[in-house]
Amino acid sequence: MAKQHSVWNATDAREIIAAEQHREGAMLPILHALQAAFGYIPRDAEPLIAEALNLSRAEVHGVISFYHDFRREPAGRHVLKLCRAEACQSMGSEVTAQRLLDLLGLDWGETSPDGRITIEPVYCLGLCATAPSALFDDEPIGRADQQMLETLVMEAA
Amino acid sequence: MKIFIPQDMAAVAVGANRIAAAIEAEAAARNIPLTIVRNGSRGLFWLEPLLEVETQAGRIGYGKLTVADVKSLFDANIFDGGTHPKCVGPVEAIPFLARQTRFTFARAGIADPASLDDYRALGGYKGLEHALSIGPAAIVAAVKDSGLRGRGGAGFPTGIKWETVARTASDRKYIVCNADEGDSGTFADRLIMEADPFMLIEGMTIAGIGVGATKGYIYLRSEYPFAITMMNRAIDLARRAGLLGTTIHGSAHAFDIEVRVGAGAYVCGEETSLLESLEGKRGQVRAKPPLPAIKGLFGRPTIINNTITLASVPFILAEGAQRYAELGYGRSRGTMPIQIAGNVRHGGLFECAFGVTLGELVDDIGGGTASGRPVRAVQAGGPLGAYFPPSMFDTPYDYEAFAKRDGLIGHGGLVLFDDTADMAKMARFAMAFCAHESCGKCTPCRIGAIRGVETFDKIAAGIEPEKNLALVRDLCETMKLGSLCALGGFTPYPVLSALNHFPGDFAAKPLPLAAE
Repeated sequence: MAKQHSVWNATDAREIIAAEQHREGAMLPILHALQAAFGYIPRDAEPLIAEALNLSRAEVHGVISFYHDFRREPAGRHVLKLCRAEACQSMGSEVTAQRLLDLLGLDWGETSPDGRITIEPVYCLGLCATAPSALFDDEPIGRADQQMLETLVMEAA
Repeated sequence: MKIFIPQDMAAVAVGANRIAAAIEAEAAARNIPLTIVRNGSRGLFWLEPLLEVETQAGRIGYGKLTVADVKSLFDANIFDGGTHPKCVGPVEAIPFLARQTRFTFARAGIADPASLDDYRALGGYKGLEHALSIGPAAIVAAVKDSGLRGRGGAGFPTGIKWETVARTASDRKYIVCNADEGDSGTFADRLIMEADPFMLIEGMTIAGIGVGATKGYIYLRSEYPFAITMMNRAIDLARRAGLLGTTIHGSAHAFDIEVRVGAGAYVCGEETSLLESLEGKRGQVRAKPPLPAIKGLFGRPTIINNTITLASVPFILAEGAQRYAELGYGRSRGTMPIQIAGNVRHGGLFECAFGVTLGELVDDIGGGTASGRPVRAVQAGGPLGAYFPPSMFDTPYDYEAFAKRDGLIGHGGLVLFDDTADMAKMARFAMAFCAHESCGKCTPCRIGAIRGVETFDKIAAGIEPEKNLALVRDLCETMKLGSLCALGGFTPYPVLSALNHFPGDFAAKPLPLAAE
């Protein structure tokens, strides 16, 4: 299922920040909540977070840019994360992934021009005894083979 | 009739939800009353999706099912003693499971993980009851006497850490569970949280009472969405039952737990980087000292332990430190949940006493490779662990024995590779992964890893290979001795082990012939 995200607006963002702000070390919970709502963390969110947490905008920017999870722009309607860690490599994941990227004409982290799908690397989903592994939106996939993944990305609407 | 189909993420990844739905529909169509329990996984992942049917002769398993099998299961009348080709017999008699000594994972896969009643019926919360009856000092003494060592990888004696926190006076103390299980080939933390979440809650609560901490955090990686949901559900249930909150189990002790979700940074599995992340900062490593036990989260004394470590505590308190300590090998006491993964025939979680050899784990228990080809190498201990060739399979599974052979057991992962593996590629990957995940604080890791990748590329291209191989070794020395944490410091393990045991793989690759 493709995720539905709201269009960025500062009013909702302020409410989201206010709901998490009371926590100790609230930064990551705030960032996750913003990304869950909008699908990414726009630059415009930085001053709002900075103000709420009494930090500089640079500090907020530094945290966002440190973590692989946080997006600076919206992803495609679907996101396919392919595991590139050792256990999956031992089952041929790199060959499968490259063929899939070639098929779509994409590089790691890119979104198809029609906005349908983003392909991202992930380093371990903890499904290492049923490798190769992937995560398609929220759905985990084990024993992933070429045909299965191709069908998945071609049928994703 | 009661049947079991796991809700575990790995089981779902290979179709458990589709099978559960198909069985439910088929049972309804045939008017067969079935109670479907969505249990946790037993950890026999190669058999997933594994259906278990409760019978008078115990639970009978049907492994590696597909939706296409469902009709035939009903046609074969398996719910009434019929036979089916996918039957694997009584689950507890499967050698992979029967050969284990399950202390920490005794309950995994038996019941609905979110049932507090089931948890109690299977011996849960006995450890906490005992802990409350003996008091803080005796709790810490029991953990010390058990010989339990940190299961995250460092192997530091847990009791000593707890004692330090207990002795350090402060207005607030914290228990932090490191559930940032980023090592490829490991899934023990995930299995604990998905199959037996109350055990972790119980372990953290005992730790809190033992050292006088009232707040616990579980730093849980975002790559584990099922574990996040299950842990939050279990915490909520424990709170409602008075097992978390202001009066734990009716005592004067207060303790509560919050799940904090990571954000895709491998380095946050390093304890000081994890604390920075919990505080809402970039996950950059802190220089030690001060130790987290003295100045940890928000500058307060903090127990930061791995998930397995904390989950081992309820058993120790319930069954006694002696019972735990009497198993083991050398200074490695108790059991270790070893995770056998990668290109393996029988992949899964194997909990046993320390001392079993690497060869037994790979060949006897794991059954060799999934591809059926010869095993070429086993990476032990995650991305920062060494590659062992079959000639070293006599190494006993023990912290010190692995260290003696320039390896580490780490968090207990074993990743098998067959004879198609290119070890030069794996050595380059180790450097590339370090570069990708480096927090950037120290130079040997931040810059060294990138130079390592570049140098391997030169070697592969045949540019001054001898000189460049010497350079890689020199670089490894610098990273090992000069890095602040294990990311830069241990990346040389996979690199050097690949160089030492598979030197032939580092010869220049023949250039592909130009297409006509």
